Amino acid sequence: MIRLLCLLLLLPGLAAAEEVVLGLSRDEVSISTTFDGDEILIFGAIKREEPAPAGNPLEVVVTVAGPSVPVTVRRKARVAGIWVNTDAVEVDLAPSFYAVATTGPFDEVLSAVEDLRHRVSIPRAIRSVGAPAFIPDSESFTDALIRIRTEAGLYRRDEGAVDLSEETLFQASVRLPANLVEGQYATRIFLTRGGRVVDVYVTQIAVNKVGLERWLFDLSKSHALIYGLLSLVIAVAAGWGASAAFQALRR
Amino acid sequence: MQIYLPIAEMSVNAFLLLGLGGIVGVLSGMFGVGGGFLLTPLLFFVGIPPAVAVGTQGNQIVASSLSGVLAHVKRRTVDFRMGAVLLAGGLMGSAFGVYIFTILRSLGQVDLLVELCYVVFLGIVGTLMLIESLRAIRRARLGPGALPPRKRHNWVHNLPLKVKFRVSGLYISVIPPILVGMLVGILSAIMGVGGGFIMVPAMIYLLGMPTKVVVGTSLFQIIFVAAFTTLLHATANQTVDLILAVLLLIGGVIGAQIGTRIGSRLRAEQLRIALAVMVLAVGGKLALDLLIEPSELYSIAEARE
Repeated sequence: MIRLLCLLLLLPGLAAAEEVVLGLSRDEVSISTTFDGDEILIFGAIKREEPAPAGNPLEVVVTVAGPSVPVTVRRKARVAGIWVNTDAVEVDLAPSFYAVATTGPFDEVLSAVEDLRHRVSIPRAIRSVGAPAFIPDSESFTDALIRIRTEAGLYRRDEGAVDLSEETLFQASVRLPANLVEGQYATRIFLTRGGRVVDVYVTQIAVNKVGLERWLFDLSKSHALIYGLLSLVIAVAAGWGASAAFQALRR
Repeated sequence: MQIYLPIAEMSVNAFLLLGLGGIVGVLSGMFGVGGGFLLTPLLFFVGIPPAVAVGTQGNQIVASSLSGVLAHVKRRTVDFRMGAVLLAGGLMGSAFGVYIFTILRSLGQVDLLVELCYVVFLGIVGTLMLIESLRAIRRARLGPGALPPRKRHNWVHNLPLKVKFRVSGLYISVIPPILVGMLVGILSAIMGVGGGFIMVPAMIYLLGMPTKVVVGTSLFQIIFVAAFTTLLHATANQTVDLILAVLLLIGGVIGAQIGTRIGSRLRAEQLRIALAVMVLAVGGKLALDLLIEPSELYSIAEARE
């Protein structure tokens, strides 16, 4: 019986025995003028047609990824006594924000093969096709990218941050930092047993600028000249206003 | 209080920016420098992306320079004629400077060139000014008998197209001011600053203008140069962040008013020493950044095609 179950789990394409039913505290984040980071609660339940299989315990992995853009990572080296940018590696796609939360230690929750297939861990979420041949240590550039963004709170790996009770209900809260970029944030929930992915659920969280932020951003893109003139008008008005105000104060 | 900046796409403390704008405004009103050479590194330090910092600070400079100039106009310490001549040279120079900048960018390493420019010019200008003002103070201590040598007539005074600059008390050819304006224009386009810290010493030492007039006149021409660059950045790069600019310039315009009042109470030599020390401090900091091994060797930039 156990052997049969294992076989069932190993075979992809078969209807998943365990499925995610998901809820989000909200599926939209508004960036207003006073935006100072936000927290999204991701919660859900696991639906089963039959009793939970014995053996390996059920684990949950939650990932939230911001929009991916190509980035250039530069390295400084000493040339003629001063530190200058010498080598550069283009990383084809790197998410602006990436958070992974799991129920337990990452390596136990997800096998390396599954990580490679689904691009779950932070290094896998970054796509780097190749560096110029004259840079032998291109990995150190992606390592640096991860290190810098982790320090900035943009990349996060929270082991044990997903609460799972009775192998049925789970919840995780993902903190979005204040320096958030607009876009669609892909949210994935993986159910795993013994390191293998049993079910995947994918949804989107929309992060949008609203109000004044939206208006200024659109104006700066669509009517750049008007935007530029507007900023000058404000500058001139402020400069003149301050001068007039101080003049009035002296009297 | 945190405020989200729409173009920089990040959240910053509003009071921090008001304070930064205020400090730079005070210096701007006191010395007649736009303050760009101080504000840009400070904004980098806060974490504003370099492109947005460079694009936005011009707008703040327009506001604080105008605020400062109006205070100077009331005290009749602005030489509009000289300012116009310098500006004409400056605009020609900056158009040429933008052209040089484009060529350099295609060759790469433009950041390094900008930093080296800063270190070299801040170092030279600061040192020369410090030495000169210390000498002036020593002369003043020796008593009224040891007056500085009168301005001599040299080749500068034999050039054609002589014009009377009444406020500055000068009767010289327009060619030297135009050349000075052009040189400053080229440098400011490459270095991304208004050029006040080069313009002010150039006006004092190359053109022989009185220090009191120099500050207002420098501010007067900086307004136009900064306005021009703001428009360029807004249309070409879309890197002007209006919310960032407003926060900086509220602090800036108030600071500039205070600065002009402080400046009018100081003696000319003291003013020049203070400016020299500040210029040297910024130059020294930039030189150290180039010489000391940085704690993080790697940097990330969004790839732009």
